Amino acid sequence: MIRVALPGHLRTLANIDGEVKLEIAGEVTQRSVLDALEGVYPMLRGTIRDHVTQKRRPFLRFFACAEDLSHESPDVPLPAAVASGAEPFLILGAIAGG
Amino acid sequence: MSKVRVLVGTRKGAFVLTSDGKREEWDVSGPHFAGWEIYHVKGSPVDRDRLYASQSSAWSGQVIQRSNDGGKTWGPVDNKFVYDGVAGTHQWYDGTPHPWEFKRVWHLEPSLTDPDTVYAGVEDAALFRTVDGGQSWQELNGLRAHGSGPRWQPGAGGMCLHTIILDPSDPNRIFIAISAAGAFRTDDAGKTWRPINKGLHSLYIPDPTAEVGHCVHHVAMHPSRPGVLFMQKHWDVMRSDDAGDSWHEVSGNLPTDFGFVIDVHAHEPETIYVVPIKSDAEHFVPDGKLRVYRSRTGGNEWEALTNGLPQTDCYVNVLRDAMAVDSLDKCGVYFGTSGGQVYASADAGDNWAPIVRDLPAVLSVEVQTLP
Repeated sequence: MIRVALPGHLRTLANIDGEVKLEIAGEVTQRSVLDALEGVYPMLRGTIRDHVTQKRRPFLRFFACAEDLSHESPDVPLPAAVASGAEPFLILGAIAGG
Repeated sequence: MSKVRVLVGTRKGAFVLTSDGKREEWDVSGPHFAGWEIYHVKGSPVDRDRLYASQSSAWSGQVIQRSNDGGKTWGPVDNKFVYDGVAGTHQWYDGTPHPWEFKRVWHLEPSLTDPDTVYAGVEDAALFRTVDGGQSWQELNGLRAHGSGPRWQPGAGGMCLHTIILDPSDPNRIFIAISAAGAFRTDDAGKTWRPINKGLHSLYIPDPTAEVGHCVHHVAMHPSRPGVLFMQKHWDVMRSDDAGDSWHEVSGNLPTDFGFVIDVHAHEPETIYVVPIKSDAEHFVPDGKLRVYRSRTGGNEWEALTNGLPQTDCYVNVLRDAMAVDSLDKCGVYFGTSGGQVYASADAGDNWAPIVRDLPAVLSVEVQTLP
């Protein structure tokens, strides 16, 4: 079971309380996590990564296990603690004013 | 008794303001979509409880929301705005080619006949349409494919398609405006377009009378006279009596002819409203006085409307989509400011009062007149 923590405005958009829990078959990567997340919550498509390029939106960040994974390839396996559900995969807004 | 519903988009959410036909007591609902920029909210003229909202943020991009109950509840619909074919390039601020990149929806214009059909004006400038209530969006690519596209360039606010006017007498005719490309018209339902900027004179482009490159801020039309258009350009208030084929200036005695909004009285096609702004460098009202100017002669002769509006130490702006009129017997006029005030006049502008004073900066105001 993968745990995903979303920023507040995306939880509101998707009507989510707390963390999202996802079952993922196969390798746990940024791409497979986001594919699964968008499959359950289609209203999140385009809000975390671009519809066409599938690149992370520039003002969002991906953290896990006290590491910034934002610039990792989307196909690199996530840390084992994320894959096991011990640690959440964090999606958060960059500090950029507003 | 009739009612009015005012749809307000702000920097940090949407608000729905409702009143009866007296327009004295108001109920304020919101913020909806708190924390997001709401560039525009507009209702279908066919089904007045069908509303569409453009919700966006720098963090999470574009969302389109739809309500089927007049704004009580909302749900997200499709947000995939993908340019048709090769996106190509337009001019960047420094004159170099820049790839077309979708940023946000500035304006939503529901069809005059079908609540499921809506046009969306976007940045970087293009026109999209849904025919299934927002479940999918397709670009009407004839506009962006116009040969002048590579010469379009952004204004200070971005290269946005901000104005969409549907001709009630001809379903094939649509007017749009882009900052800073100018105004365009289609006569074949969006397949082909032509610039309608003859008569515009803009000193901030190398050829002041060029076919494209003009920073048109807003265009307004009275539905009973679709061939007559009024334009607030970056500088200059303009009028066309031939559906945009030619324009002439009607700034007349305005204290400054810079501004963003322009609108037409619901029952008097020659009565128009603007809010003069000091200059392109000073985006606030001149002399610390918030004044709406009204012309009852279709331009050139203007009177200041000040009753109930602040006349000292006021330095707000009124953005291009932030004025609207209702269609009650005594036409109501509404506008919102960068200071978060929404003002209403229930007597065509003679007297004003704030509906709300302390919203986030107002981006857009639309009004629905309800039975």
